[in-house]
Amino acid sequence: MNNDKKTEDGGDEMMSSKQGNSGTSRRDVLAGLSAGTALLAMPWVARAQGETIRIGFPTPLTGPFAAEAKDQVKSAELAVKLVNDKGGIAGRKVELLVRDDKLNAGEAATRTLELIEKDKVHAIVGALSSAVQLAVNEVTRARGVIYVSISQSDTINEVKDFSRFTFHEALNPHMTTAAVAKHTFKQGTKVAYLVADYAYGHEMLRGFKRAEAALGATGVGEILHPFGAADYSTFMPRLRSMRPDILCICNFGRDQANAIKQAVDFGMKQQMQIVVPVLLHNQRLAIGPEAFEGVIGGANYYWGLEESIPSARAFNDAFRAANGGAVPTDYGAYGFTGVYSLLLAMEKAGGTDTDKVIAALEELQYDIAKGPQHYRKCDHQSVQSVLVLESKKKADMGGEADFFRVVATEPASESILRSCSELGLPA
Amino acid sequence: MDAELVAMQLFSGVALGAILIMVALGLSIIFGMLGVVNFAHGALFMVGAYAGLWVASLTGSFWWGLLVAPVAIGLFGMAIERVLIRPLYRRSVDDPLLLTFGLGYVLVEAVRILFGSDGIPFPTPPELAGVADLGIGFFPIYRLFVVGVVAAVLILVWLCLEKTRFGLIVRAGARDPLIMRVLGVDIARVWLLVFGLGVGLTALGGVLAAPMRNVNPEMGSLVLAEAFVVTVIGGMGSLVGAVVAGLLVGVAISMTALFAPEMATIVMFALMALVLLVRPQGLFGKPGRA
Repeated sequence: MNNDKKTEDGGDEMMSSKQGNSGTSRRDVLAGLSAGTALLAMPWVARAQGETIRIGFPTPLTGPFAAEAKDQVKSAELAVKLVNDKGGIAGRKVELLVRDDKLNAGEAATRTLELIEKDKVHAIVGALSSAVQLAVNEVTRARGVIYVSISQSDTINEVKDFSRFTFHEALNPHMTTAAVAKHTFKQGTKVAYLVADYAYGHEMLRGFKRAEAALGATGVGEILHPFGAADYSTFMPRLRSMRPDILCICNFGRDQANAIKQAVDFGMKQQMQIVVPVLLHNQRLAIGPEAFEGVIGGANYYWGLEESIPSARAFNDAFRAANGGAVPTDYGAYGFTGVYSLLLAMEKAGGTDTDKVIAALEELQYDIAKGPQHYRKCDHQSVQSVLVLESKKKADMGGEADFFRVVATEPASESILRSCSELGLPA
Repeated sequence: MDAELVAMQLFSGVALGAILIMVALGLSIIFGMLGVVNFAHGALFMVGAYAGLWVASLTGSFWWGLLVAPVAIGLFGMAIERVLIRPLYRRSVDDPLLLTFGLGYVLVEAVRILFGSDGIPFPTPPELAGVADLGIGFFPIYRLFVVGVVAAVLILVWLCLEKTRFGLIVRAGARDPLIMRVLGVDIARVWLLVFGLGVGLTALGGVLAAPMRNVNPEMGSLVLAEAFVVTVIGGMGSLVGAVVAGLLVGVAISMTALFAPEMATIVMFALMALVLLVRPQGLFGKPGRA
């Protein structure tokens, strides 16, 4: 894939010079010339040769979330390709500029600023950590650039971090944990939590605690673990001594894989149900069916939706065709829906004018991968379905990628979100 | 907080310490004998895990992987010493350091190209799956097995270094290579073997860790940090130091996990900072060496 080159560390220089952006003059001169010519005689030339629409895409290609990030890039590229194949937007080609944010807030802010200032992107989509996306959000908000966030966050909806330029395509921890808890927590269930000590873990824990109270379950203890830990053995004795019915592991990426694997090694699954906020396709792939068997968790997307949802089949088929038969993953799908919804809005707005695109996004009703979705006007949260999945036993797998059984689907409805007034926003 | 839990936590710490010793041993031996700070250590650990995985999937048995991979990667280590590191011995210590640093990146990228950047499953061997009841709590049988292997390896390495003629030459060579050369010992051959041994032990650590952790190209980066912490605390180049420091760090992590779990990673670095302040050469290090 040719974008591999772009995404290498330090590949940015190479990229921008290839695009001719390092010397902004040439592009500007060309654009100016064509605009001038167009004014004189042929208005359609300006449309046909209009400036490329550039979407900046910071994502952690290196580090513990690399597998998920790579799938986001593949899916985002697919969205761009589908739009370009149809002739682009108002005659303008779309280009995706992928940058490695190294899962580091500072790095992400720098890359985002670079994308805006140097590469003159028209919008940003991306980031794959609740902490990193808030750093990106700070930059886009200050610069007045549209940002479609594709990583879980509750605070991004709240009045403190909200901006009219920010749209949140990912699920948020509130809706995810509420759906997962609804199908696992019961009256009197005892729940112990192993939580990654950073924004994602904290927000998921907060969501589960709220659901716990609503459902009459009891929390019997919480252990915060350092982000990116490789060994979880020292947490297991204490978790076991809490004697929970459910062990709720709130972490992400390889942390999830290692924590589940080691909990199973310690025989925890014989005594308790393991529940996670999001059950990750890539980590199930990396760890294998045995350790994940019976683990329950939420998801924004599962390729198996194609049996009932036509747009999922179309998305899967396009993805398979572009990626040698591989199926798209949960976090991968965010890359697709995030970029595609933005491009649909740009199409409606007839270009990249920020105010027009924001208005179009707020009005947009889209069904491009998982059934109907729309961005709620007050907080720009994408209203969408939440899946609750269970990892299948090896013997029950119908095919190589047949990882999960859909336990339940919470339909897309504003009722599964916190109300606008609770977020501190006018409805 | 009951006594059983604290005892269990102590035991977890010792078991974790055994894994840390395994990880630090190769680094410590190579530095102690050759004076080379091997920054490719973490990458070789990862390569060992992949080699074990590969052999195990070819033969269908974890045991072949455990046996063959460390030997094969040890031989690979000897090739690295012979071709890449030997020409640098007479230069400053920075040169082998920079070389191994770069080599680490090359190995990680090579594995990414060959096996992809997603992790690969490495199930616990069925003979060692399950948990054992220790009386104070349950513990995975596989982890007990790892502790046993580490103990056996330590005894073997100690016997080899302290009780054999080869060991005598190695220890003498570490003190004064010039005299050894004057005495007619082919010190280059000894260093070749020592480097191979260190790398082989690192690879063994990788294979042993594989069923406990996700096998992925970046699995070595954290290991490199852990190995350095243990080696620095124990004293660079000291075998006894690596053992004591490994256990110390393991127990420190485990006890922190009990009382302040979010500090469980930082505690080893705090311990290292403390040791460096009070005893810069490490607990068992010789002054002026590191």
